[in-house]
Amino acid sequence: MNILLVDDEVELVSTLAERLEIRGINANWFTNAEDALKSAESVSYDLAVLDVKMPKTSGLELRDRLKEKYPKIKFIFLTGHGSEEDYRKGTIDGATYLVKPIQIDQLIAKMNEVLST
Amino acid sequence: MRIWFENWKPAFWQLPADTTGLFKHMFNFRRIWKLTIILTAGVTLLPLITITLIDYNVTQKSVESEILLRTARITSNAKRSISFFLDERKSALDFLVHDNSFESLMDESNLARILENLQKGFGGGFEDIGVIDASGVQRTYVGPYNLKGKDYSGQPWFRRVVEHGIYVSDVFLGFRNVPHLITAVKYDLPDGSFYVLRSSLDTQRFIQLLSELELSGRGDAFLINAEGVLQTPTRYYGNALEPFPLAVPEYSEHTQVKEIQDAQGKSIIIGFAYIPNTPFVLMIAKFKNELMKPWRRTRLRLIGFLIASITIILIVILGVATYLVNNLYAADQKRLMSLHKLEYGSKMASIGRLAAGIAHEINNPLAIINEKAGLIKDLFNYRKEYADDPRLLKTIDSIISSVERCGTITKRLLGFARQSDVRGQMVDVAELIREVLSFTGKEAEYRSIDVSVDVAEDVPAVESDLGKLQQIFLNLINNSFAAMEDGGKLKLSAVQNDAAEVVVTVQDNGCGISASELSRVFEPFFSTKTRKGGTGLGLSITYNLVKEIGGRIKVQSEVGVGTCFEVHLPITMKNKKENPA
Repeated sequence: MNILLVDDEVELVSTLAERLEIRGINANWFTNAEDALKSAESVSYDLAVLDVKMPKTSGLELRDRLKEKYPKIKFIFLTGHGSEEDYRKGTIDGATYLVKPIQIDQLIAKMNEVLST
Repeated sequence: MRIWFENWKPAFWQLPADTTGLFKHMFNFRRIWKLTIILTAGVTLLPLITITLIDYNVTQKSVESEILLRTARITSNAKRSISFFLDERKSALDFLVHDNSFESLMDESNLARILENLQKGFGGGFEDIGVIDASGVQRTYVGPYNLKGKDYSGQPWFRRVVEHGIYVSDVFLGFRNVPHLITAVKYDLPDGSFYVLRSSLDTQRFIQLLSELELSGRGDAFLINAEGVLQTPTRYYGNALEPFPLAVPEYSEHTQVKEIQDAQGKSIIIGFAYIPNTPFVLMIAKFKNELMKPWRRTRLRLIGFLIASITIILIVILGVATYLVNNLYAADQKRLMSLHKLEYGSKMASIGRLAAGIAHEINNPLAIINEKAGLIKDLFNYRKEYADDPRLLKTIDSIISSVERCGTITKRLLGFARQSDVRGQMVDVAELIREVLSFTGKEAEYRSIDVSVDVAEDVPAVESDLGKLQQIFLNLINNSFAAMEDGGKLKLSAVQNDAAEVVVTVQDNGCGISASELSRVFEPFFSTKTRKGGTGLGLSITYNLVKEIGGRIKVQSEVGVGTCFEVHLPITMKNKKENPA
C-alpha cells in the first residue's frame, strides 16, 4: 500500500506522515506537486491525499496530472478554506474532501473508505 | 382644513428642509413645490388679471362716454324742437301784427276768426289772443276767459315786451291759476304809439313734446327757468312751478352734459341747453346707475368667468406641481434606497472577505497545532514510557478540544462569507435559526436574554437563498435585542401554514412600537434608535430581502408588551432567476 501525501505546509505534512506511521501506515510526503510527480514515477501509489490550495500547482491540477498517468490512484482532498467551487469540484469526480483541521481517525476512516471502493 | 391637509399632505412634505450626511436628498422638495406654484401661478394669473383690469377700465370709460354722447344728442334735438315750437308761435304772432291793421285786430269777430285759424293751423297751443294798447289795457280779447279790459301795465312781462318788442314769458299761474306762458309781440304805430298782440300758450304741448323723448336710465326731460323754478312737471324732481332741487347749471350757448350728485349722493347725468330768447333751460336728467346696469351685468358675468378660470388654473397648477414633485421625490427616494443597498451590500461583502481572509490565515497554523498535538498524544498512546502521566494527556486533550472550537469558528466564518451569493438551495429552517443564533449567542448570554426556539417537526426545508435568510433573521434578532432590556425573552418559532409557506416568528418582550410608528418601521431611514447609532435601514433592508426571496413580512406590536415579526417563506421558489431590485 503506497500513499502519497502533499501539502505546502512542511510542518503539517511531516507531522501527519509521522502520525500515520505510528499507526502503521506508510506515506511518502512532499511539499509541492513537482516533487510528488517525480516520486510517482518510481513508486506506484494507491492513494493520494492532497492539499487543494498550493502555490504553483494546486491539488486539483496535481490530481489531473496524476490521473492522466496513473488512472488507478484514488484521491482525498484537504482544504483549509474550502470555497464552494472547490467543494463542488472535489465531489463531482467522486473524490472526498476533509476540512482542515482534520481528525486523524477521520482521515484513516476516509482512506479506508476510498480504498475499498 | 388642518385635518384635510394632514390627510392629503404629499409624501415629500414630511421631509426636513435640509438633510445632511452621506445620503442626503438632492433637492429641497418643499421649496421646489412652492417655487413651481408661485412661478406658474404668477406667470399665468398676472397677465390674465392685468388684461381683465385694463379691459374693465377701458370698457367702463367707453360706456360712460357713450352715455354722455347720447344724452348730449337727445338734449340737443329736444332743444331744437322746443326752440322751433316757440319760434313758430312767435313768428305767427309777428306775422299777424304785420299782416293785420290795428283796426282789424280790434274787431273782436275778426280776432276770433284769427284765433280759430291759429288753433287749426298749429294744432293747438294757442289758448286765447288779445290786443293790449300802450297803456296796458286789454282792448280786445278772444278766448275762454273773461279778460277784456284787464290792465296789464303792472305785470313784469308787459314791461319786458315794451322793452324788447317780442317776448316769451316764464310759465306762471296768472289770473286763471293755470300754468301757462305768454307770447307777446309789440307793433309800433306810425304815430309813435304802439300796441301788443298777446297770446297764452298751453304748456300741455311742451309736456307732450318732452314726454315723447325716448329716454333710457329712468330719464326725465323738463324745462326750468334761470331762477331754478320748474316749468313743466317732472318725474322725479317735483311739479311745475315748484323749485328745482338741484343747482341751475351756468349759462352756456351750447348743449352741455355734466355729471352731478343729487342729495342722496346718486350720480346723475344732466344734459342741458339754454333755449335762446326764452327764459327756459331744457334739462334731461338720467340716473347713471340705471344706465350702467347692462354693462354691470356683463361685467359681473366676466368677473365670474375670471374667478372660475383662476380657480381652475390654481387647482391644475397645484395638482400638477404636487404630482411632479411627488414623482421627483419618489425617484430621489429610489435613488437613495439603491445607494443604501449598494453600500450595505458592499459592506457585507467586505466583512465576508475579511472574515474569509482571517479564517484562511488562522486555519493553517491551527491545522499544524492540531497535528502536533495529535502527534504528542499519539506518542503518549503508542510509547509506553509516557503513558503513565495522565496529567499530560489531559492537557493535550484540552489543546485539541480548543483547536476544535477554533476550527468551528473559522468554518462558520467561511460559511457565512461564502454563501452570500448562493441562490436557490434547500434550507433547513431549524438549522438556519441555530446558525444565526450562534452569532448572537454571546450577546444573549452576557445580557442574560432567554432565547427559546420552537420549530415544529413537520416544517419542511424551504427552497431559498441561505445568505439572504441569514441576513433577514440576523437583522430581526438584533432588532429584538436592541428593543429588550437585559433579561428579556426572545422566542423564535417556525410552523408550516396552509399556503405552502413556512412562517417564522420572532417575538420579543421589549419596549414595543407605537401604532403611529408601526406603519413606518419598514420605511428607509425611519429609526427610533438614531441616537443609539441606528441607521433606520435594518428593517427596510430586511423587508426588501424578504420580498426578493418571494416572502412576506408582518409586524405586530404593543408598547411595553413587545413586538412580533412574522416572516412568511414560500416552500418552493416561485421565481428562481430573480433580480434584486
